[in-house]
Amino acid sequence: MRIPISALIGLFFTGGFFLMAVFAPLIAPYGLAEVVGDVWEPRSADHWLGTDNIGRDLLSRMIYGGRTTILIAALATVLSFSLGSFLGFTAAVIGGWIDQLMSRLVDLLMSIPTLIFALVVLSVMPVNITTLILVMGILDSTRVYRLSRAVAVDINVQDFVEAAKLRGERRSWIIFREILPNALSPLVAELGLRFIFAVLFLSTLSFLGLGVQPPASDWGGMVKENKDGIVFGIGAALVPAAAISALAISVNLVADWVLNRTSDLKGGRGG
Amino acid sequence: MLDGLRLHPVVKLVAQRIALGILLLLAASVMIFLGTLVLPGDVAQAILGQSATPVALANLREQMGLNDPAWQRYLHWLYAALHGDLGTSLSNGRDIATQIGSRLGNTLFLAFWAAVVAVPLAILLGLLSVRYRNRWPDKLISTLSLASISLPEFFIGYVLIYFFAVRLGWFTSVATIYDSMDLWDKLSAIVLPVTVLTMVILAHMMRMTRAAILNVMQAAYIETAELKGLTQFTVIFRHALPNAIAPIVNVVVLNLAYLVVGVVVVEVIFVYPGMGQYLVDHVAKRDVPVVQACGLIFAAVYIGLNLIADLVSIVTNPRLRHPK
Repeated sequence: MRIPISALIGLFFTGGFFLMAVFAPLIAPYGLAEVVGDVWEPRSADHWLGTDNIGRDLLSRMIYGGRTTILIAALATVLSFSLGSFLGFTAAVIGGWIDQLMSRLVDLLMSIPTLIFALVVLSVMPVNITTLILVMGILDSTRVYRLSRAVAVDINVQDFVEAAKLRGERRSWIIFREILPNALSPLVAELGLRFIFAVLFLSTLSFLGLGVQPPASDWGGMVKENKDGIVFGIGAALVPAAAISALAISVNLVADWVLNRTSDLKGGRGG
Repeated sequence: MLDGLRLHPVVKLVAQRIALGILLLLAASVMIFLGTLVLPGDVAQAILGQSATPVALANLREQMGLNDPAWQRYLHWLYAALHGDLGTSLSNGRDIATQIGSRLGNTLFLAFWAAVVAVPLAILLGLLSVRYRNRWPDKLISTLSLASISLPEFFIGYVLIYFFAVRLGWFTSVATIYDSMDLWDKLSAIVLPVTVLTMVILAHMMRMTRAAILNVMQAAYIETAELKGLTQFTVIFRHALPNAIAPIVNVVVLNLAYLVVGVVVVEVIFVYPGMGQYLVDHVAKRDVPVVQACGLIFAAVYIGLNLIADLVSIVTNPRLRHPK
């Protein structure tokens, strides 16, 4: 199997970002909230990326911030995937009015821009990590629902599912043992795109001051913390913003490759 | 009932789609209203905080009409909103409709100019990318579009501010506009925000334009045109483009709907006095009536643009024009 160079780059950086997130406390030179110098010190041997708006080491903040961003985005993606695919498969298998009801509800949720609806909900909810994961996961599960329902409707009419139904298998068997394994490959490609969406969405919310709250901070929040330096020519806010972009591009490169591979496989099997 | 009228199928489809749009908007207003009811306590609790005295809570609940059942409050709110009364802000007690008025104008001004720049540019680049398919201009354009879907608005925004406003000093980093400015001053104030919005929606429009034209290029009459010896540009502009107009218009309108969301973040980056900035400020203040009003307006614009996109594809579909 030959992996294209763009996918290799994507895999390398995605892996790097995840390792950084896992081992954050071991590699960060300073503590998360430790004030170690002056405000917005330039790059130096002690502080490779300089210091931030209240004199904390920017590199350490970046490492911890990456951990927060990746963790919350990953949990939101897991939630949106389990919820969306389970409901999508269920709708496809049961059909009838339950399918109609859920599908129209999803149409309705998608008719309001996600960011706007999230802002409406966040205006009354306590802003903490659980709320963020729930809001992001539930709102984004609508897209997973549409995809998995469409995939499952196709699988549901195939002979092996008919056979399972005639054997008298329960619905949970049909969903988890017949549909799920066959729907995995298109869903895996989508996984990367949903993760990118979660990263960008979380970063946007934190940038607007409605995501992760201080003193903890994710990359989006760090852009907000340091943005006032920009007009003085201090580029500290550009570092977390660039990191978000780099993470999104790397995952995109991997997702692109997975998508092409799974569609190749489909072609190879004559379907 | 309507069968007796023998309506033209296009008229019937258009009427159905408009009815669906109105229904969707009503349902969306319910969602926005419900969205603010999900909290564990209620709005009064959220405003006053956990340490509020029971008397203060009861007073505020009475003042806000929170003791009425939810459906009654919803109907009340909707009725008033339809008559142009969006309520008063909790944080400063001012009338929301008057506060929104000028801001909505500013936001539409920004979105309008972003559309004026982005739409022709996207179609032009899409055509270029078809003309030089699989050669370097096409590859460059598709790489750029991959990048642009991965870049958050604030990254593009602050990079532009850092280089063009701070380092080079060509523009101001803050896009302030007020009513007494003349058009030229207003336009020069919004160059950077318009650039960011353009970059955000350009990629998708470009890709879809390319796909729509490539789709048409496979038709037999294109081959005929090529065999007649017409130049590539004539084939693309005179023969392929007119038949790809419908899907292109559809994509353009959908991206304008995306502008509604993009504009929120861009306004915050450039401290622009529009609806997005207003909404974000009041979410932080937990000013629920303002958030509901802004949410409703954003949703209405979004649903309206989606409706227009669908209407365009109904009206431009020649198969529907001639009833059997």
